[in-house]
Amino acid sequence: MDNTAAVAHPREAVGLEEHTEHTFLPQHRHHFETEAQQREAGTFGMWLFLLTEIMFFGGLFFAYLLYRNWYYPAFAVASNQLSVPLGGANTVILITSGFCMALGVWAAEVRNKGFLVIMLILTTFFGLCFLGVKYVEYHEKWEKHHIPGPSFDISEFVNPAAHGITNEKPLPVDAAERTQVFFSLYFAMTGMHAVHMIIGICLLFWLTHRAYRGDFTTGYVAPIENFGLYWHFVDIVWLFLFPLLYLINRHPLH
Amino acid sequence: MSATSSTIVNLPDQSSATLPKRNYLNNEHGLMSWLLTGDHKRIAILYLISITFFFFIGGFFAGMIRLELLTPQPDLMASDTYNKMFSLHGIIMIFLFLVPSVPATLGNFLIPIMLGARDLAFPKINLLSWYLYLIGGTLTLAALVLGGVDTGWTFTTPLSTHYLNTHVVTAATAIFIAGFSSIFTGLNFIVTVHRMRAPGMTWFRMPLFVWSHYAASVLMVLGTPVLAITLVLVALERTIGIGVFDPSKGGDPLLFQHLFWFYSHPAVYIMILPGFGVISEVISTFSRKRVFGYTAVAFSSVAIAVFGFFVWAHHMFIMGVSNYSALVFSLLTMLVAVPSAIKIFNWSFTLQKGSITFETPMLYAFGFIGLFTIGGMTGVFLGGLGMDIHLTETYFIVAHFHFVMVGGMLMAFLAGVHFWWPKMTGRMYPESLSKLAAVTTFIGFNLTFLPQFILGYLGMPRRYHAYPPEFQVLNVLSTAGATVLGVGYLMPLIYLGWSLKYGAIAGNNPWQATGLEWQIQSPPLTENFIEIPIVDHEAYDYEWLANKTVNEVTTVG
Repeated sequence: MDNTAAVAHPREAVGLEEHTEHTFLPQHRHHFETEAQQREAGTFGMWLFLLTEIMFFGGLFFAYLLYRNWYYPAFAVASNQLSVPLGGANTVILITSGFCMALGVWAAEVRNKGFLVIMLILTTFFGLCFLGVKYVEYHEKWEKHHIPGPSFDISEFVNPAAHGITNEKPLPVDAAERTQVFFSLYFAMTGMHAVHMIIGICLLFWLTHRAYRGDFTTGYVAPIENFGLYWHFVDIVWLFLFPLLYLINRHPLH
Repeated sequence: MSATSSTIVNLPDQSSATLPKRNYLNNEHGLMSWLLTGDHKRIAILYLISITFFFFIGGFFAGMIRLELLTPQPDLMASDTYNKMFSLHGIIMIFLFLVPSVPATLGNFLIPIMLGARDLAFPKINLLSWYLYLIGGTLTLAALVLGGVDTGWTFTTPLSTHYLNTHVVTAATAIFIAGFSSIFTGLNFIVTVHRMRAPGMTWFRMPLFVWSHYAASVLMVLGTPVLAITLVLVALERTIGIGVFDPSKGGDPLLFQHLFWFYSHPAVYIMILPGFGVISEVISTFSRKRVFGYTAVAFSSVAIAVFGFFVWAHHMFIMGVSNYSALVFSLLTMLVAVPSAIKIFNWSFTLQKGSITFETPMLYAFGFIGLFTIGGMTGVFLGGLGMDIHLTETYFIVAHFHFVMVGGMLMAFLAGVHFWWPKMTGRMYPESLSKLAAVTTFIGFNLTFLPQFILGYLGMPRRYHAYPPEFQVLNVLSTAGATVLGVGYLMPLIYLGWSLKYGAIAGNNPWQATGLEWQIQSPPLTENFIEIPIVDHEAYDYEWLANKTVNEVTTVG
């Protein structure tokens, strides 16, 4: 019922194929007057959804900034534990993935099916690379007992010299306990980001399949365009996470 | 409709009305045609059935609470059971009834029609939102069956994260999922209002019902995700022990309060704003007058939505927020009273010199205006810093928010259900019986909750299942009132069900109302309009309606 083409509209009377805003696609929903209205509504809906996502992550960012102010020394020391090369590599990987997605949107707009499929596969590939690097980082935290919970270990912050860390001053025990808040937020924020990546990659598999069928290279680009918005949003969240968690006040004690 | 009505254009011609052969109810048949529908009207009916179900479950818990409080001794149930009763009453009534009540049922049904559109912008997301609601509801029932949850509806940390051994994670997941249902409803409404208006339907020609839903949708879209992330953090804290809210790890429980109330205070406006919309329509229709100060009423909805985001800390005056921020939040809280009062005054002026009739929706609307005013004024008391310290966590609070939520929103919901029942089903409800129900509800409500103001003022704390014997008289009054109230709510369930088969045929426009929804057949066609209307008049233009009726008669005749 939803997918019925708008038979009431005079298809033939419209004329040239180039006037895309006047052609009626099989994806045109019956309740929209024009295809332009449908496309605008879809894009607007997607932006609104991203707004809800900003509010979702906003709660986490708020908590992070609050605690960073309160427990400044603990946060500075704990953030030194994160690997800038790995985080930096991930930033590059994610931007590359976003670039491929942008090219994919362009490919769909110029109706180049082969290029679109390749770009979607590359986007997926780089997304998976990002998660792989994230796994390496998480694994290191696991081995060092820096995952919050009953087995959380503060010895490295109380006595850095015993762990072979020479450029870090020891923290008093109560301040070292606060590193747990940092790692709680680190895992909550990057974890939520990773969940969004995983959802995005699942959607990418489905979109690649449909792109391969040729769904998006006949003028109906809305799903690719809207997914592109989502994927760039996930990129941008990382572009805020990376400096906040990894970079600011990298070595304040020196 | 028929040619014979040319002499009496002002009266609905119900004697000759017939049910239209084709409408959205009989367009397709079978269970799957309902469960997989994209039609906003059918989804509204699905929502109506599900929220009614949860309303009576939540109402059952309310009944148990009142029964326990009949006597000062804790004799009906153990204290743990009592905690579960009020927690589940709150969770079910707020997240599964009040939040979706008017928007997901009446709003879903009417907004596209009022705007002159064939459907909401995203019918599949609309259906998805109903399924998310159902999953959330099912998980809540699961938490209930598995042994309940006793955090109160506020999930206060560290109580919820460390000290309770009940199904907090199940209930939090339920609310997380139900929250997305409300996000998607809000998103759908906003896009529909922006992109789907019929030609000529400018922003200031929209009915006030749409305006108030638009404001509520903004709150849903911006507020609910914050609740979602808060509940995620509570669940993570409970399951794997992260330390964002846990004081022993350096977290701050007050942060939870900030995040929770950042959603949950705007949530009370999510609950009440759609009710304002219903009242605007009902008051205008039964006074046969354009709503006084249309623009002011429209913008007051938006103002409530904006102010609503900056008052959340008034829930935390006794929790150790700084005195200066408490001062600011107290001031902002009192500012909310201004747009609310604008609405009340404008509705009163709409009534002035109107041709008022007292059909059932109007009775409910009058109930709303009185009760909401009392609820709102006591809200100003509670916003005052000094009064709040005396009254917080007492039955005064309970009475205050029940006056707003039950006396306000539930009255508005029932007004709306009765008002649009002829449109939704094509049949009238029995008028005298429903008037009796409206009066019963009003009496029962006041008997239940007025004594609670006194109890709270005298110092009876909320959330206890025992109380000193000197409070018994007022508690007995309250429990007696709750019984009357229960009867008042059961009556519509019975007679509205009866009217589905035996009610009089309504005809297109039984109230002679001006909204676009009343200009189409009842029940409407699946696609609402045969031709998309071109709107050339303001909302609530009764002269336009009279002219239209005259013209219609001449063309048909």
